[in-house]
Amino acid sequence: MAAVTERVRAATGEPLRMVLTLMGREIRDTLRDWRIVVPTVILTLFFPALMSFVADAALDWVARYGAPIIGERMLPFLLMIVGFFPISFSLVIALETFVGEKERRSLEPLLATPLTDTQLYLGKTLAAMTPPLLAAYLGITVYLVGLYFFKGWTPPPILLALILLLTTTEALVMVSGAVVVSSQTTSVRAANLLASFIIIPMALLIQGEAIIMFWANYSVLWWIVLFLVFVDVVLVRMGIHTFNREELLGREIDELNIGSLWRTFCKYLRWEPWLFGLDLQKMPAWLRWLGMLGGLYGRDIPTILRRSWLALVVVVIGLLFSAYIGCDFAARYQLPPEMLRLEHVSAETFAELPAVDWLPTFTIWGVLGNNVRSLLAGTLLAVFSFGTLAVVLLMAPLAIVFFFVTQAAHVGYNPVLFFAAFVLPHGVLELPAASIATALAVRLGATFMSPPRGMTVGEGWLWALADFVKVFIALVLPLLTLAAAIEVHVTPTIVVWALGG
Amino acid sequence: MIELIGLTKQFDDLTAVDRVTFSVAPGEILALLGPNGAGKTTTVRMLAAILRPTVGHAFVAGYSVTRQPQEVRRRVGLLTEHPGLYLRMRGKEYLDFFGRLMGLSACERERRARELLARFGMSQAWDQRMGTYSKGMRQKMALVRAMLHDPPVLLLDEPTSAMDPHSAKLVRDAILSLRHHRRAIVICTHNLAEAEALADRIAIIRRGKIIALGTPAELKARLLGPPLMELRLTHSTDGVVKLVSDLVKIQMKGDDWLRYSTPEPEEINPLLLRTLAAHGVGIVTLSEVPRSLEDVYLRVVEEGQEWQR
Repeated sequence: MAAVTERVRAATGEPLRMVLTLMGREIRDTLRDWRIVVPTVILTLFFPALMSFVADAALDWVARYGAPIIGERMLPFLLMIVGFFPISFSLVIALETFVGEKERRSLEPLLATPLTDTQLYLGKTLAAMTPPLLAAYLGITVYLVGLYFFKGWTPPPILLALILLLTTTEALVMVSGAVVVSSQTTSVRAANLLASFIIIPMALLIQGEAIIMFWANYSVLWWIVLFLVFVDVVLVRMGIHTFNREELLGREIDELNIGSLWRTFCKYLRWEPWLFGLDLQKMPAWLRWLGMLGGLYGRDIPTILRRSWLALVVVVIGLLFSAYIGCDFAARYQLPPEMLRLEHVSAETFAELPAVDWLPTFTIWGVLGNNVRSLLAGTLLAVFSFGTLAVVLLMAPLAIVFFFVTQAAHVGYNPVLFFAAFVLPHGVLELPAASIATALAVRLGATFMSPPRGMTVGEGWLWALADFVKVFIALVLPLLTLAAAIEVHVTPTIVVWALGG
Repeated sequence: MIELIGLTKQFDDLTAVDRVTFSVAPGEILALLGPNGAGKTTTVRMLAAILRPTVGHAFVAGYSVTRQPQEVRRRVGLLTEHPGLYLRMRGKEYLDFFGRLMGLSACERERRARELLARFGMSQAWDQRMGTYSKGMRQKMALVRAMLHDPPVLLLDEPTSAMDPHSAKLVRDAILSLRHHRRAIVICTHNLAEAEALADRIAIIRRGKIIALGTPAELKARLLGPPLMELRLTHSTDGVVKLVSDLVKIQMKGDDWLRYSTPEPEEINPLLLRTLAAHGVGIVTLSEVPRSLEDVYLRVVEEGQEWQR
């Protein structure tokens, strides 16, 4: 047993060694598969050499027709392409190393070792990325050496750094995306089908990059690198959460159990009755519904809001930022003063609002329908954007509001009075309601990245969905209805009284 | 060495393991028997700290599977249901890889690997790619992997499946020798004869619940009734039945034999023999009728008889 203790000590202090051991094995295994090695060698050595030859010939050809600019723009484009082709293999390798091993049943012995889930994830991710990335760098080198000898062309160092960064971040997106896909399936076939969610956006991105390359506005590519880094962070975080022993072995079949999902959702939807500590059993049966109401508003909704505090903070920061953007834009792009002649505002002005195509009908149902539609659209977008687009969608109207408040100040109106008259009467209800709904939508999207402790991604998402449904129906909808009624019947009167002619 | 207290595992609506409680002492072998899908593999995965129990606790070599999973995994040798080898690797590379993950030094890795391969008659497999191995060789290689770091606890899922009789005997001998080295061992198997030959105690699991637990002898006695004895005489049983039935209850009889059951064979059998000898009855043999673990298993599983010591 002393030997065991000694070995334990040796193993404890070397988490990196464990990662490298796993990575080494995976890379050796990959390099023994001729189906991966042969195409990689072709794409690394033969294809870049061919590309430099093609580039040389194309440059001469277009120069003969007086369009040397096409050739000049083609060189960086091909540089990006020779880097991208080898890294496209990282997706295949990642699917093979994650879900392939699960399918071949060789994963369980590995899960029985002292490797932590994170070490497993890192070892496999690095193993899936390293050979294609090295191949990509080598391919870029071959292409550049070829072009140097043919044409004496060398890329600007910044462009080269940009291409290397793009290649690396794209490889990580594909590998980390493949891990997320792999953790949702039990077969390579299913994983390959789901991989379209990675391949299609990546193909669109490459097309976009190609256009930018020909446009030669390389600064835009830095924003793409930044975006890819953000996506990498999100996907790696998701991968670390989903690639764990429990998920890998708990999911033995890909069947979607609708009944079980529904029961789980209903479980999260329920709440305990409560009425200021009264014994509900002693109350007359016809009054017991008050307990359900008390439990929902007195206990459940406050608890939900408390556990959504971080999302609420994110929304508030977003709103403050949108107010700043609105003010900033108003300062930079001032409207002509005649556009804001509020002395002419009357009750008829509001009655004529439906004539403006893009505005909803100015009735309670029109305003309410528009608000509900926007919030639900934001929630839908939140699901596909880890919560971010819901905040962006809420920021847009507030930025517009503050744009006009600032414009009003420039024209000479009191901005506080303007805001108090136009926004505050209904905004005092509408804004908190929309913020709460958006915060819950953020939680719905963010759960994919970071499920609550002790829950799977699916359970966490159903929990967030149940919270959203409860709060939306019981709190947001009544507040929005009330706000719509005030907006239609009270706000115009106040505006006319305070600012009208 | 291994202790489970109310261990439960829930997958959505399915309770795969339901409040399982038992312990395995150092030097003890416990066989976990049960039909397919009974919860054996899930129990073993929880003990190996691969799956987290939904409710309950388990301690392996003094460590909690929920709070100290890495410590547990360092001390457990797990033979999985499927060998799960990396078929492009050679035997030596494979064992070296797992030895590294288990924290063995280079010398130790090679020494242990060669020693175990030789023990299982697999020395020639050292430099062979595992894709060329037979099914039995793959199973033995998986067993070598589980034993490589000399763990105090071994969890073996179908250790002799796909093996020829000679290899199976080598493996059984190895398991018995591990018992002598005070290793705590849990074996999941469908091979009841093997379980009976190896295990000190048997646990029968059905629909996630332990429905019988005890030594093979205890299980037989409690589930199949007292031992059945067979008495063979030199001549007809006529005239002997009266003498015997004064002492025991006769279950069956033939021309020159009869069977009876007794809960106290140690006292009754000598008394019976003395009585028969005193009356000059010629006795050929008196022996216990063998009853297999299969009888116990089928009875427990099919009838769903719930009994726990």
